[in-house]
Amino acid sequence: MSNLLKAASSPHIRHEDSTAGIMFNVAFALMPAAVFGCILFGIRAVFVLLTTVITAVAAEFIWNLLLKKPQTVGDFSAVVTGLLLGMNLSPNVPLWIAAIGSVAAIIVVKQMFGGLGYNFANPAIAARIILLVSFPSAMVSYSEPLRSSVDTVTSATPLANPTGTPILKLFLGTHAGCIGETSACLLLIGGLVLILLRVINPIIPASFIGTVALFGWAFGEDPLRYILTGGLMLGAIFMATDYVTSPTSNLGKLIFGIGCGIITFVIRRFASLPEGVSYAILIMNIITPLINRIPLSHPFGFKKEVKEDA
Amino acid sequence: METKEKALRPVGKIHGGAHLPHFKNTAETETETMPAPGTVFIPVSQHIGAPANATVKKGDKVYVGSLIADAGGFVSAPVHSSVSGTVKGVADKVLNGTAAVKCIEIESDGEMEKDPELKPFVINTAEDIAAAAKACGLVGLGGAGFPAHVKLSPAKDAEIDTLIINAAECEPYITADYRECMENVDGIIAATYLLRDKFGFKKIVICVENNKPKAIKALMEVAANKLDVEDTVKLMKLPSTYPQGAEKVIIYSATGRKVPLGKLPSDVGCIVMNVTSLAKLYDFITTGMPLVAKRITVDGSAVGNPKNLTVPIGTPIKDVLDYMGIDPENVGRIIMGGPMMGQPVSNIDAVIEKRTNALLIMDKDERDYRRTACIRCGRCQRTCPMNLTPAKVETAYRKGDTAAYEKLNVNYCIECGSCSFICPARRPLTEVMRIAKGELRRQKK
Repeated sequence: MSNLLKAASSPHIRHEDSTAGIMFNVAFALMPAAVFGCILFGIRAVFVLLTTVITAVAAEFIWNLLLKKPQTVGDFSAVVTGLLLGMNLSPNVPLWIAAIGSVAAIIVVKQMFGGLGYNFANPAIAARIILLVSFPSAMVSYSEPLRSSVDTVTSATPLANPTGTPILKLFLGTHAGCIGETSACLLLIGGLVLILLRVINPIIPASFIGTVALFGWAFGEDPLRYILTGGLMLGAIFMATDYVTSPTSNLGKLIFGIGCGIITFVIRRFASLPEGVSYAILIMNIITPLINRIPLSHPFGFKKEVKEDA
Repeated sequence: METKEKALRPVGKIHGGAHLPHFKNTAETETETMPAPGTVFIPVSQHIGAPANATVKKGDKVYVGSLIADAGGFVSAPVHSSVSGTVKGVADKVLNGTAAVKCIEIESDGEMEKDPELKPFVINTAEDIAAAAKACGLVGLGGAGFPAHVKLSPAKDAEIDTLIINAAECEPYITADYRECMENVDGIIAATYLLRDKFGFKKIVICVENNKPKAIKALMEVAANKLDVEDTVKLMKLPSTYPQGAEKVIIYSATGRKVPLGKLPSDVGCIVMNVTSLAKLYDFITTGMPLVAKRITVDGSAVGNPKNLTVPIGTPIKDVLDYMGIDPENVGRIIMGGPMMGQPVSNIDAVIEKRTNALLIMDKDERDYRRTACIRCGRCQRTCPMNLTPAKVETAYRKGDTAAYEKLNVNYCIECGSCSFICPARRPLTEVMRIAKGELRRQKK
């Protein structure tokens, strides 16, 4: 008799959200800023983004193939990593350097630690830092926007020359910088989309940006200008909120965001580097397992056990 | 009639909770009574506690409501025949899963003749109500199956001041309790006042989720007509975040009291009763008819016209499929109970039991829920009504680290299913929590 039915453990219904769906939403929310970067910096930016995304996906595909692991490119996380890395690069960066960045992100930072969910640091952030350390001059050669030939005039980012750029220009993003970091306005729109879709929680971006603004103000900077320059918006909204490398509880997220903010400020203000967002996120990524270990909450109906004398 | 009374707002608000699709397709359809099947198989153990002892043997003539198995201890419940006919035998039978359970097989004569000896139950004291619950064979009809008379016989020194009537019905699809509220509102309210008078509860809270405004209105209207001077009976509108109907959760919502781990509702001065259990108790007291039939919601993707059916207890699922006109060939999965906590049914010979409140019949089109590695989004711990960390428990469980998951308080888990439901990586979190709890239980022994 074969009237046996399929029996699986409860619950028997699942939420529609999936890993791939979440990653797709992140990529979707990055689109306005990415497209704007391409328009601003021209075909060169398109090439950089295509290089990082395609290399990232290919690296993951080949890794899984060679190591006979289940294919994971369908979860869209490599696309997000590639896109984030590309948006964190200068449009002038040589394409082979961009490709090395993607390979480093996927293979070294992500897959070697066990793949999605096990990486200790955000792959895009870590790869960007690897490139910064390895190719310092190529990485900080920024070009003025709207001159789309390869041999553009290089210029400094507004962060290196903070008083020179008007606030509105900083907010809209029509200034020199990395492909995807310039337009605070479009990054905020993307972040809002993610918050509304409940993909990210606003605690990390708010506490991160808030802390930077507060410290900047306390040390005599114009707080608005201070948060609109550099990679803060891109980092706080899209990189610091990476699930795998940020704390899971709300209080943990707050600690993480404030920590990122303080480190960013300290580097910007006291170190010899113009920008500290990447390093701040990387350091807090490394501290995240410790934050996750703090028992920040008790279960429902929890009572401390009273030790009785035997 | 408009009522001046307003429904109460919850006192306590739990952590997390899941927003589920409601699928209450059967809410506005009258309950239909299913005719007796040819044969019923009535398990002697349909409750938590000792199995009942069969009091009939092959060849005995029984009626609807006749006692066929008597309670096997204090935490146990008697079982009654759900049809009139002849006992064909008392034997072990594999119903669901692989374990055989003792069943009383009764061939129906199709007459559904009531036992002539049934008579109303006289109630003088609170003890009489507990005795009635026991004689009725009443168990927690919300799905728990805990013998009702045990709840209604609190220890002498226990200070019980609150009765919570659970009509939350937080699981998707199920509308059986809702139909009870719509079709038997007078019985529910009469039972509420009977219990108040005999037990002397200071406060009675009838809890309904806010997605059932009609039930709230119906209860309010009847309750308003009977509003007593002391004003003890209150209606509370709960938010429709799952799992509002879970015992610990509903007590917190209704009173703000938290039941500690390993403690009972009576330890915080509460008794929680499912609304259908309460109505059945009243029905037994007034008519003498014990618990022999159950209203179940029959719904799911393989069901063309979902409805609520009153089914004799012991009816095989295949007879229900037959009555509903469903070809077993098209059935992929059957769940007894709701989609969040219901039991999977592996065999259509399984029968409707006292605690069954729904039969979800799914077709063979399975959704492809692809599992990935945990992405540490933290949704499970934000959703958990007990404020636990299911993903961490899973990691500890996979390492075989018993001490770690005990420290993560896995024993607090109420197995509501919210963590597995919400997980975008589709990790089997609830399943792991359940196994981990079992593992700890085994080690304690």
